Formats: sequence, structure tokens, C-alpha cells
Amino acid sequence: MTVADIIFYLFATLAVLAALGVVGSRNPVHSVLFLVLTFFSTAGLFVLIGAEFLAAVLVMVYMGAVAILFLFVVMMLDVDFARLRRESVRYLPLGLTVGFVMFVELGFMVAHHHWDKAVSGLDTVNNTLAIGQVLYTRYLYPFEVASLILLVALIGAVALTHRERKRVHRQDIAKQLARTKEDAVELRKVASGEGA
Amino acid sequence: MSVEMQDIHLIFMMPEILVAVMAMALLLLSAWTHKGGSGVVHWMTAMTIIAVILVIRVGEGSGSTFGGQFVTDAVSRYMKVLICLGMVLPIIMSRDYIRTHDMDGGEYHVVAMFAMLGGMIMASSGGFVILYLGLELMSLSFYVLAAWRRDSGFSGEAGLKYFVLGSVASGLLLYGISMIYGAVGATGFKEVAAFLGTPDGHGSQLAALGVVLVLVGMGFKVAAAPFHMWAPDVYQGAPTPVTAFMSVMPKIAAFAALFRILFDVFAPVHAQWGPMVQLLAILSMGVGAFAGLVQTNLKRLLAYSSIGHVGYILIGLVANTPEGMQGVMVYLTIYLFMTVGVFGIMVAFDRQGLGEEISDYQGAAHKQPLMAFVMAMFMFSMAGIPPLAGFVGKLSIFMAAVKAGMVPLAVAGVLFSAVSAFYYLKVVKVMYFDPPVAESKMFFSGGGLLVVTLSFILICVWGVLPGDLMAWTESSVKAWH
Repeated sequence: MTVADIIFYLFATLAVLAALGVVGSRNPVHSVLFLVLTFFSTAGLFVLIGAEFLAAVLVMVYMGAVAILFLFVVMMLDVDFARLRRESVRYLPLGLTVGFVMFVELGFMVAHHHWDKAVSGLDTVNNTLAIGQVLYTRYLYPFEVASLILLVALIGAVALTHRERKRVHRQDIAKQLARTKEDAVELRKVASGEGA
Repeated sequence: MSVEMQDIHLIFMMPEILVAVMAMALLLLSAWTHKGGSGVVHWMTAMTIIAVILVIRVGEGSGSTFGGQFVTDAVSRYMKVLICLGMVLPIIMSRDYIRTHDMDGGEYHVVAMFAMLGGMIMASSGGFVILYLGLELMSLSFYVLAAWRRDSGFSGEAGLKYFVLGSVASGLLLYGISMIYGAVGATGFKEVAAFLGTPDGHGSQLAALGVVLVLVGMGFKVAAAPFHMWAPDVYQGAPTPVTAFMSVMPKIAAFAALFRILFDVFAPVHAQWGPMVQLLAILSMGVGAFAGLVQTNLKRLLAYSSIGHVGYILIGLVANTPEGMQGVMVYLTIYLFMTVGVFGIMVAFDRQGLGEEISDYQGAAHKQPLMAFVMAMFMFSMAGIPPLAGFVGKLSIFMAAVKAGMVPLAVAGVLFSAVSAFYYLKVVKVMYFDPPVAESKMFFSGGGLLVVTLSFILICVWGVLPGDLMAWTESSVKAWH
């Protein structure tokens, strides 16, 4: 067993245990933190097979952005996770059965396949350079479509959450700045002893 | 590894470019104008899509660009025209609905146009990567559109349900694509087809797993049973014009993609996907026929009806012949106009918050005989009763199945359509033989009247004289390959 093997088993075990922690922990914040650990272990696995770009993306995008976003959502939304969990226990036997069957089937297929279709060209350049070479050339069209998907996500998020509420007092800066002393303040002489 | 730029012929993708550019331009326009400007955005969207249809019609021959990732031919152009019609007709008829339900603001139209763009990209996809991206662009836009009505809790529920289940379906599709990539080492349709044609690819279990998962993912998107669970809730909760988009456009786009996937890419492994699609077809027809019987809500009824229609259309795919393909195209065209027509009537009814329950139509024949007659004709057409167009669609599908030697499947189709005729006739019965309820009135806007009239005329004309429809689809199918 080489050092790389030991590191592989370390990261792999950690990833599986952390994934179990995501599903099993009582506190949703702990779940999200376990998710971060899962991503981190997977990033370690990517480094081991020499896919350093994927590892970096996983750390930056998934740990840095997605998991933290989850954390915000979990903390800000008032979801009764205990009740959700009680309800999900009812479906546990069925879910486990289906999951087990699919696991066995997929495992069988994947184990019986000869993985001989390696992507050519990766022996001369590292994979970050390889991705850079094809992203704007061979995959220009998918890249542009992906950007449209992000645009739709952006429009959708704003359009669904932003709404103009009536009967809400908003700050209108232009209106505030347009106020003058003349139409806001009234000076009156009140005889002494007669003011309320 | 050398860097090389591909052949890029943007002329092939003029319709897509036009849609993308106009959608972004309208986004800016709606950002700069206030609520008053959304009428402008509305009609400009409609005019843009009509212009896109004209641009598509100008194109001829077949070609591909971006290294085969974008493919255009007569069939994809035909499907794209249908996709555009499936988007523009509901937009034309829904101006009033959008205004009265506080859905105004140009973003609605922009997102709708992006959904259409996604569908068009799917119809022209030449590889699994771009197929997935087109599908995701379309689906994401529809998740947003389904949740658009802020005044209705059902709408939010519909959007969320659609999003969660749609994401699972996308995940399965992607998983299947990754299996195929693992087996082939490429994601382009040509490469995958070439690999599956070899004895090595024929026996590859990994590729077979990929085929299954891709079919499941696409089955979700067209709401074929047993992957239909989301459809009734989403159709019911979404705003009515959005339901009109959703019940037509994604199906056309998905079938356009399935043509390429099943008839081209997976053609060598027909023995594997044939029985699966057959099972999907039978289950869909069954669910559509029997679950529809107990519905009281018209939108849910139409959801089950659309599941049934997908079942009939899938028969055309199982046939795996040019006739089957033509049958699918004819059926989708007719299905488009029937569905849009019914939704046009529902939108016109909606001004009073009515029109979603079947009981809202009680005795409509006494007060609005013309509308009731048109609605009855749409229902007869959906049931497939001659001499209306729905019959022509079913006939061309069943004939294709018989020609391909699948008599039992065609017989099953006829039996299920006889069962489903019951609930279509129930709507007619409620309109004609039940006592009228108080205070129900239709408000047709000019656009709504136009769409319903057009659909009605086409349904009647194609029922008797389907010649031009047949000729057009046949010439498109002949140009395939």
C-alpha cells in the first residue's frame, strides 16, 4: 500500500462518513457543516487523480458559495426540521429498499465496465490548461447557453422575490432631498402662557 | 493538444440569435420603462416571435455548425415553428390575464422567451451537452413562470414542486449522459451513434444504463407515466397562460430532441429502448384515460388528458418508421391548437375567478351558445371524434403503428381513447344539459378571440382537409438524414 493509497482511503472514508453525517445529524447547521466536509474530502480525491482544477472549483464554488448559502437558508428560514424528520422516517424502509436495489444495479454495471476511453491529450498539458484551451473554442456554444441559464436564474430570483408592496413606507431619497425648509417647517409665534 | 477554432456558421442559428438578442433587449426596455411600458413589451414579444417564425421558414436544406453541436434540418425547423406557435399564441391571448393578476412587468415575457429559446436549442441539439443545457434553460424558465402569480399560494407550490421534481429528472438525465460519456468517451450524437453501432457498443451495459436514464429523464420532462406525478399539481397551480405554455411547448421540444436521440443516436440499440418506450406509452395512455375520469377541476383534467396524449404520441416513436415520425409531428401540431384553444376559453372565463372548475361551465350553452359550441368542438377533437382534427392525429399515429406491425399497441390506443372520451364528453354534458349557474360571463379580449377563432378554424379544417398538414410534415420527414 503506497502513501497515495492511504490518503485515498482516508479521504474516501471521510467523504462517506461526512455524507452520512449530512443525512443523520439532528441539528441542520451541523448537516451543512458536514456537507462542507464532504466537499472537502471529495476535493482531496480530485487532487489525488490529478484533477487540480476540479478540486479548486469544488472548494471555491461549492464550499465557498453553495454551502455557505445553504447555511444562510437554514439559519434564516424557520423550518421545523424535527417534524420533517419524523415524517421522513415513515418512508425510510421504502427509500432504503429502492436505494439499495439501485446501488447494487449501478455498482454491478460500473464494476463490469472496462474503463478504457481515456480523454486524449492530457498527457502533455495539465488539466487546467486543457480546459482553458477548449472552453472558448470547442465548447463556445454550450458556454454561451450556460451563461443564458445563469441570466434566467438571476432574473427569476429577482422577479419572484422583489415585489412592490403598497401600504409600505419606503425611503424615497429624491423626495427627501427635494424637501425644503419652507414646506417642512412652520414657525409660529405663540404668546407666552397660551401654548399647549 | 492544439487549439483550433471550429467552423462557425451563424446563419444557421439566426432564429436562436434573434430570440436571445430580443429577449435581452426587452429585458433592458422593461427595466427602463415603468409599468406602463409592459404593454409595449408584451406586443413586441409577440411580434418578435412571429418574426422568428418567418426567419425559420426562410431557412432551407440542412446544416450543422459549432462542430456539429448545432444541427438544423427540415424536421427541426418544423418543430421550431411549433415551439414558437406554442409560445406566441398563449402570449397573444393572455394580455388581460397578466394585467388583472398582477403579473405585469416585462420580465414575464423575457423569461417566456428564454424558455422558448431553450426549446429551440433542444430541437437543434447535436450533442448531449447542448441538449442538456437547452433543456435546463427551458426548465428553469418554466419553474420561474409557474411560480409567477404572487397572489396565489398554489402558484408558489406549483413552482416549487416543479423545481424539485424537475431537478431530480435533470439529475437522472445528466447521470445517464455521464454513463454514456463513460462508455463512449464523447458526448456528440455522431460519436455516440457510431460507437453504439459497433458490436462493442451494442453489448455495452454501461451505455445501456445511460440509455435507460436518458429515457427516464426525458419521460419526466414530457410527463409520461409513470413519471407524471408532478403534472396535475403544477398544471393546476400555475397561472393559466403559463399552463398553456407548459402543456404544449416543452413536449414539442422534448419530442424534437427524442427524434434525434431515438431515431439517430440510439437507433442501433432499438431492441433496448423500443420495449421501454412502449411501456411508457401504454402506462401514459392508461393513466390519462382512467385518472382523468374522477377530476372536477378542468386544469387537472387537461393535465391527465395531456398525459394521455403523450402516450399516443409515444406510439409514433415506438413505430420507429418515417410514418411514425410524421404521425408524431401531425399529432403535436393538432394537439397544440386544441390545447391552446381550450386554454384561450379558460383565460376568457377567468375575469371573474371562474373557469378552472368544470362546474363553472354549467349550462354555458344556454347563455353563451357560441362559446359552448366551440368548447364542445375542442373537447370532441381531443376525444378524437371525426370529423375533427384530433381524429386525424390519432389516425395517423395508429396507422403508423399498424404499418410497423404493432397492431396490439394500436388496439390498446383505440380502447384507451374510447375510455378517455367519457371525461371529454362530461364537460360537454355539463355545458349543455345542466341548469345554468348564475353570473358567469366571458370576457374575450381581442387577442383571445383571435387565438380561439384561429384554433377552432384549424381544428375544423384539418379534420376534413388534412392534406396540406400531411404534405408539409411528409416533406419534412423525407428530408430527414
